[in-house]
Amino acid sequence: MSREAQEENEVIYWLCQFPFLGPATIRRMREHAGSFRGIYNIEGMEWAMWGVLKEGEGEWFQRAKKDFQKVLQEYHSLEARGIKFITCLDQEYPRRLKPLPDAPTALFVRGGLPREDQPSLGIIGSRNATQYGLEVARYFGKELARNGVQIISGLAAGVDGAGQTGALEGGGCTYGILGCGINICYPRENYGLFERVVKSGGIITEFCLGEPPRARNFPIRNRIISGLSDGIFVAEARERSGSLITVGLALEQGKDVFALPGRITDPGSRGCNQLIQTGASLVNGPGDILEFFSIKFEKKLSLHEKSEKGLAKKEKMLYSFIDLQPKHLEDIVNQSGLPLSECMMILLELELSGLIQCTGGNYYGRKLS
Amino acid sequence: MFQKINSAGLWGIDGMLVSVEADVHDGLPGFIMTGNLSRETREAQERVRTALKNGGFRLGPKKITINLSPADIRKEGTTYDLAMAAAVLGAFGILEASCLRDGMVVGELGLNGEVKPVRGMLSLVSAAKEAGLKRCFLPKDNAMEGSAIQGMEIIPVESIQEFAHMLMNPGSIQGFFGQAWEDLEEKAWDAYDVDFTDLNGQAVLRRATEVAVAGRHNILYIGPAGSGKTMAARRIPTILPALSQEESLEISKIYSICGLLPKDTPLITRRPFRSPHHTITPTALTGGGAVPKPGEISLASGGVLFLDELPEFAAKSIEILRQPLEDRLVTVSRIYGSYVFPANVMVSAAMNPCPCGFYPDRSRCRCSTRQIKQYIGRISKPILDRMDVTVEAAPVTYQEFRQHGRNESSAAIRSRVMEARRIQAARFAGGVAWTEGDSCSGNFGKEMEGKGSRKGRHVRFNGEMGVKEIEAFCRLQPEEEAYLEQIYQKMNISVRGCHKILKVARTIADLAGEEEIHKAHLCEAVSYRSLEEKYWG
Repeated sequence: MSREAQEENEVIYWLCQFPFLGPATIRRMREHAGSFRGIYNIEGMEWAMWGVLKEGEGEWFQRAKKDFQKVLQEYHSLEARGIKFITCLDQEYPRRLKPLPDAPTALFVRGGLPREDQPSLGIIGSRNATQYGLEVARYFGKELARNGVQIISGLAAGVDGAGQTGALEGGGCTYGILGCGINICYPRENYGLFERVVKSGGIITEFCLGEPPRARNFPIRNRIISGLSDGIFVAEARERSGSLITVGLALEQGKDVFALPGRITDPGSRGCNQLIQTGASLVNGPGDILEFFSIKFEKKLSLHEKSEKGLAKKEKMLYSFIDLQPKHLEDIVNQSGLPLSECMMILLELELSGLIQCTGGNYYGRKLS
Repeated sequence: MFQKINSAGLWGIDGMLVSVEADVHDGLPGFIMTGNLSRETREAQERVRTALKNGGFRLGPKKITINLSPADIRKEGTTYDLAMAAAVLGAFGILEASCLRDGMVVGELGLNGEVKPVRGMLSLVSAAKEAGLKRCFLPKDNAMEGSAIQGMEIIPVESIQEFAHMLMNPGSIQGFFGQAWEDLEEKAWDAYDVDFTDLNGQAVLRRATEVAVAGRHNILYIGPAGSGKTMAARRIPTILPALSQEESLEISKIYSICGLLPKDTPLITRRPFRSPHHTITPTALTGGGAVPKPGEISLASGGVLFLDELPEFAAKSIEILRQPLEDRLVTVSRIYGSYVFPANVMVSAAMNPCPCGFYPDRSRCRCSTRQIKQYIGRISKPILDRMDVTVEAAPVTYQEFRQHGRNESSAAIRSRVMEARRIQAARFAGGVAWTEGDSCSGNFGKEMEGKGSRKGRHVRFNGEMGVKEIEAFCRLQPEEEAYLEQIYQKMNISVRGCHKILKVARTIADLAGEEEIHKAHLCEAVSYRSLEEKYWG
């Protein structure tokens, strides 16, 4: 990297530290000053006079120049910490983000960035999803990743995490976009997932180090999720949910939206059904999405039809009572008429063979393979 | 003149015989009391003097000395009043108290001479019996309670005047004896006002409860509000074996000390079910106080301690249960000695699956995964480790809770439990049958010097097995061994979880009357595996 480019990046890093400087403002300032270095050289009060910054902000801008060297030190320590700082001037900067009117000035990256020559899909949905939503997200993540689609998501609890876990299971690449600093793991219980995503994909954020996961950050990061994706798949969303904000952004950016239909009585699927009503593509299986990416997909969505054939009669019967929607042992016993202990034994067999899963307590649900 | 009369006081939960000695002699008039007395005991001086005056006895201006012997043990309580009054009268020569030689006198005095009831009468009379005394003079209100001790003549006393009158005509003294234990036992079975027939549906919950009781495993119920968790827990005593006389006495003693014994029934004949509120303090749970009194865990001894809304309990309160559950007794230490109370309980606990109670019904539950985890995380791990059986209650449908009859009764379940317990008794005692309360009956109370601590622990039930016993009694055939290994690896179960599964599987096999643990038993035990292994990895 030339000395000049290096200097530009240093100034961008410094600019990223200001909470009041969004991508749009920085872009305006750059048009004014000609280069990022130029922005630094202009007095804060002058920016305020031109009306680019407010008065207080101008003073802050001027004051912050004293800390420039300290910020620089932090910038140079990034590499040792395994964090890449990629600015809009860099070659690696994702091409998918460039056309956005509010494209982030720079990105913090651990791991890698999505490849430009491979399709990418955002999997989004409710944090408090039902077993159905989680299981489908995981299944789609797995199948799509296996077929070379990169899975983009928010590494949050619920559908996001499930989709990315699936992608890892499928051995594909998955990228997590954070709403906080890259050195912060939120939600904490996803720590294991974080590290795995870094290894087989990457985590990306535009927030500077140490930024806490503020509520207002999430809608901002959602535009990167939709921006980096070629299409968005909504697994489960309530009415007026955060996922629908991402869908809105995706539509503005001209991306395709896929939605998983749900039962009309499920409040958790109402958002999805609404999307379909207003024109999103209804998705019957991973094949529909792969078809959109012109990837051939042979396998049909099946609930383990193949392995089901090997089951004994009673197991088959119990299996037929179990749904994606988890059922309590009590109901299974009542419906099947088998004695309790026999039911427990067969269910455990099914669980061990990976056909069903115990979703907590004595509830059992089917697994998609 | 000198007069000696037998009385008794409380020491921990046991009675101790105390002789009240009175002497009257010439000298400066006065009333001196000795014998390491607490304040309320020392105050007896005024009560006795005034009661005697109001009872119509005139005491001359003499020097009165009273000693409570053994003099080196701290005396507490007001049980000695009546005996002191009698001793003083005897020492003055007003009464001939020789008929009290084989009797014990206990009671508190009012200023007008009436005799008032005291706490812990059962322990006091029991101490008298052990000392070989034949009759007890008790406050009228306590007479019923005292009569629970077999073979002791009970003479109710209403006032000091009546008492003096009795002593003047020793031939006319007519006491009564308590009902035989057998008669009491008859009554006991009607005594439970709940039965498992009341619990509709919930086959899983019933079965888990049966397994837990049979092997005396602690049980944790999880389920939405109104799914029958509390109902099932409340019915656990009805499927426990009947109380033996010793156990009943032991339990009644504790209730007697706390003043909780009902007036009309001399003994507790049902197994206790205690359900402390979740705001309870650690001290209230284990017992304590300046003069230590038994806590909830001791009140539940021989029965069930039910912790409803487990996550709401203060961590400290729950944490303090660990040692008592391990040793089956509570030791409370004070500067003048330590007290040992029984803590021979089966713990059952209940909780909602999430803060709102509807999880996993996502159409109603809006709790985030984090909230649910936080909620579950409030329960301390060591206590979860002691819960062998965890069962999730299904939400109840309308049809289920409206249907009547057709439910199995407690008696039917109890007979199966008894059979399983018989097998366990034979296993752990080499053929000698044990009863539920064996380790709890006996001398609790203040630990005496030289007597040593009673922490000798022997296994009586599958639920109490340690690693050594599990290895000895839960052997698996090669096929089952391989199956368990598969479960262990696929389901990510901890070693401790594995031990729990083996223990519970042993109980299930016992219930089925099988020598070996079969695959079906293992499978059932796996479905009762613990919370942290079921919920979210």
